[in-house]
Amino acid sequence: MDAEDIELELFVQALKLRHGYDFGQYARASLKRRVNDLVKNAELGTIGALTSRVVHDEAFLPQVIAGISVPVSEMFRNPEIFKALSAEVFPVLASYPHINIWQAGCARGEEVYSLAILLEEAGLYDRTQIYATDFNDHVLHVAQEGIFSVHEARLYAQNYLAAGGKHTLSHYWHARYERVKLDERLKRNITFANHNLVADGVFCEAHLILCRNVLIYFTNTLQDQVLGLFRDSLVRGGFLALGNKESIHFSANAREFLAFNSAARIFRLGPSVGK
Amino acid sequence: MSARRRIEAVVLGCSAGGVQAMLALFPKLSVDFKPYLIVVCHAGAEGVELLCEVLGRVSALPVREAAERDSPQPGVIYLAPAGYHLYLEREGQFALSIDPKVCFVRPSIDILFESAAARHRSKLLAVVLSGANEDGARGLQYVRRLGGYAIVQDPEDAAVPQMPEAALRIAGADDVLPLSEIATRINEFCS
Repeated sequence: MDAEDIELELFVQALKLRHGYDFGQYARASLKRRVNDLVKNAELGTIGALTSRVVHDEAFLPQVIAGISVPVSEMFRNPEIFKALSAEVFPVLASYPHINIWQAGCARGEEVYSLAILLEEAGLYDRTQIYATDFNDHVLHVAQEGIFSVHEARLYAQNYLAAGGKHTLSHYWHARYERVKLDERLKRNITFANHNLVADGVFCEAHLILCRNVLIYFTNTLQDQVLGLFRDSLVRGGFLALGNKESIHFSANAREFLAFNSAARIFRLGPSVGK
Repeated sequence: MSARRRIEAVVLGCSAGGVQAMLALFPKLSVDFKPYLIVVCHAGAEGVELLCEVLGRVSALPVREAAERDSPQPGVIYLAPAGYHLYLEREGQFALSIDPKVCFVRPSIDILFESAAARHRSKLLAVVLSGANEDGARGLQYVRRLGGYAIVQDPEDAAVPQMPEAALRIAGADDVLPLSEIATRINEFCS
């Protein structure tokens, strides 16, 4: 191990011992890059200096958590996946009197609002409850506000149409200065809550779980653990949507998920598994 | 000439003009090519499936999209998927992230080069070809710092010279070669 890798392991240890956040099962290459960005932005020189700061300076922690979790998404990211959800999964969900959806790792909320819009257009939103969770309180707060920059909004509007949206996306927001604010009504059936996939247990009984591009940051061990958590949280025949480049073939728990739409990485629990 | 050093992996970065360069380069790679070759090419938001197919047709080596969590196999060329950064983990498997763009691009050549350098150190060969931005230069600098070998396409020979120029300015190189000689050099190291 070289000096920097040792420093990284000590940093991970310190975060766990001092603050209870456990990044021990995060994939190291991208974690190292993000931790080094923190070092650069805080002008600390080495990961060792960052560790010292995070141990002694309580007020510095939110910045570290925000830096490590780096939420990046867009509304209707990979629109073809949202199209597949609408066309193939919603008709099954429509057969339930009440629908529970869990978005695990919702970051700034881009995808949770995307989902709410498509459910609204499918006539399903009034009987749907969406739980949007993340372990980062700061981004949960941002997600709750539902405000995006006009610059981002242009891309989102294109994605929305490619995802099969029935109006124009501006139907759902109010533009003010350089920002757009999503319609308050979209939030009526969304509950934002703190949940940490690394440490917390079953969250709800869900018909659909969306967890896109979150498990890519986890080692095989933690990916398997979280897929087990998802299995235990889904109803029989429930759906799981992952990011469109995610591989789950190293996970033993993944065996109970059947490919539903392989290209869109949508899986379904087998008929004998689930609640 | 230090062509006797053992190379375990080759990483290659390119953007504008890069596809044409790879179409000229890959047919000349030896069928006895022993390491694996990992490519980041800024080819836009569309998938790289088509590019894999086109490059596979001219190359004696199989060309595939790098798949998350898989370990690269000897004698195979891998392309980074569109829209994700591609890393090589210390234990050797591929990993992806959607972290912010680096040098305005994702996938980033710097990210692939840095993580591959940490994994293979002096047994890594890194190649920078034609391209229109500075991506790859910092990564190449890190490759050289850890003892890896650097080949940069001669900017005069490149369809778009900015990327090899930036690499030479920031990282320098062990060899600066026209495209026609780069395959021969790679084969000396890798067969």
